[in-house]
Amino acid sequence: MGRKLLLEKAHVEGIRTYEVYRREGGYRSVEKALKSMTPEQVVEEVKKSGLRGRGGAGFPAGMKWSFIAKPEGVPRHLVCNADESEPGTFKDRYLMEFIPHLLIEGLIVSSFALGSNATYVYIRGEYAWIAGILEKAIDEAKHNGFLGKNILGSGFDCEIYIHRGAGAYICGEETALIESLEGKRGNPRIKPPFPAIKGAWGRPTVVNNVETLCAVVPIINDGGEEYARIGVGKSTGTKLLSACGNINKPGIYEIDMTISVEEFIYSDEYCGGIADGKRLKACIPGGSSVPILPANLLLKTAKGETRYMNYESLADGGFATGSMMGSGGFIVLDEDQCVVRHTMTLARFYHHESCGQCSPCREGTGWMEKILKNIEYGKGKPSDIDLLWDIQRKIEGNTICPLGDAAAWPVAAAIRHFRDEFEWHITNPVAAQQRNFGLAHYADPLEVAATA
Amino acid sequence: MSTQFSEEKLNKIKEIVTHYPEGEQKSALLPVLHLAQQEFGGWLDVPVMDYVASLLSLEPIEVYEVATFYSMYNMKPVGKFMFEVCQTGPCMLRGSDDIIAYIEQKLSIKAGETTNDGMFTLKPVECLGACGYAPMMQLGNYYREHLTKEKVDQIIDECRTSVAINN
Ligand code: FES
Repeated sequence: MGRKLLLEKAHVEGIRTYEVYRREGGYRSVEKALKSMTPEQVVEEVKKSGLRGRGGAGFPAGMKWSFIAKPEGVPRHLVCNADESEPGTFKDRYLMEFIPHLLIEGLIVSSFALGSNATYVYIRGEYAWIAGILEKAIDEAKHNGFLGKNILGSGFDCEIYIHRGAGAYICGEETALIESLEGKRGNPRIKPPFPAIKGAWGRPTVVNNVETLCAVVPIINDGGEEYARIGVGKSTGTKLLSACGNINKPGIYEIDMTISVEEFIYSDEYCGGIADGKRLKACIPGGSSVPILPANLLLKTAKGETRYMNYESLADGGFATGSMMGSGGFIVLDEDQCVVRHTMTLARFYHHESCGQCSPCREGTGWMEKILKNIEYGKGKPSDIDLLWDIQRKIEGNTICPLGDAAAWPVAAAIRHFRDEFEWHITNPVAAQQRNFGLAHYADPLEVAATA
Repeated sequence: MSTQFSEEKLNKIKEIVTHYPEGEQKSALLPVLHLAQQEFGGWLDVPVMDYVASLLSLEPIEVYEVATFYSMYNMKPVGKFMFEVCQTGPCMLRGSDDIIAYIEQKLSIKAGETTNDGMFTLKPVECLGACGYAPMMQLGNYYREHLTKEKVDQIIDECRTSVAINN
């Protein structure tokens, strides 16, 4: 059993309520930080912990905090990104729904570190009932003196407000999120200026993911160094993964980042193997934006080494033969799934979610969806594959925000690793309507080039 | 339907506006539009948006451009019950296509349409953050997960009964 820091208490009966959460040791980190630490010391601990942003980009959280500008007399804000919308990702929902006080606790400590007296949780609009759960937790925390004026006599004031979005993946991008918080369309801003200098209402703002802010609680309780001892290399601490697709046990798992991909998929402690006794064909290990890998490259790197569930190992081989940890959305495809169809749904998703500001993304995502639909429905042309490749190349890197890249990568990786399947769809349009390409050679052991 | 919030809702809006810095009442636009949609028939007609604009001292265009950007705001009337079935990759892997087809057949409507009696709308949507509990749909403020044909039947019956009781 791996060590659990976030979900340790998730199954304690009544943990959603303040009484039980407090009885189980909740809000200790607020007491410790506000009574015995300076904001700078809290930032220092988070830096020492090596905690990386859990939203997808993996940027060191402590460093992000240290960038916040502190102009005299200008309020600063912490905003929690709870706009979880990356297909395959549903971990933040679990934290908020079942242990809401953990997030509130993390928010109070982090607000103290950053000097935010008004902190916002931007939650995706569809999580309507979870907004209610969080509001109740905030009321309880306030009632018990952990929010409001002069918290625990420290002189620190803090309010937390829930702000519900209204259905837009793009608002997970931090500057789009800020625009949306200001009551506007979620169009990402050109950076610089970065939010740390000029964010919500022109004020210095830090935007952090739900899981990142929850992780601040054990970091302050046990110390940054202790947190950094868990895991491996720059993948410190624990990570939540949301596993879905064709596995026996879809759900949320907390791992210390030392287990292998194979163990994660097949052990009963985690995904419990492929459903219906089928074989593994492919997997998108870190949310829909990251490259899909065929079974053989997923379990072993191109060098023939075991692949592990951490930032470095998942990225081993770059985009040529590796993928990314991303948001931890682990999507598994069994041998009877069609990579073309799956990629088509993702292209449709990104087309639907493009904000429309940048032409390469607005137009390119539409073209990709259309071409993939043609291929999937038996109307593909041999030239379509190269055309798709060309379009995704022209989107990547040519847009204001990373949505363009996020739309391009899944298509690129699908063609890179599953070109045969695309070709088969095009040359066998009739058969492709009746059956799938199947597992083909995607699980065959790879030849490892001998290293000199 | 008159476009006027109750006293209680107006107070709620006043309270929401205090969440944001002074003079930044525009920030309350998303939450107020949610309230308006709920209150005035499940969609945002132009007079409703104009009313919201006047409440928050905004130009109507500022409301229109926001309302049309976000997928949860309905720009035309919808059924009393909206089945928003997720169709993105992870749900597709677990059979969301079959669920959508089954609802189409059962209600004799196509995706995107509303039944003649105004009861049901079927709207395929993109990932709702419930990928591990697929196939799934959003119904009102809640999610219905691990859908099967039997469950869909049950949900439809539930909706019909709740209307019968409330009439
Ligand atoms: S793909 Fe359907 S909820 Fe995520």
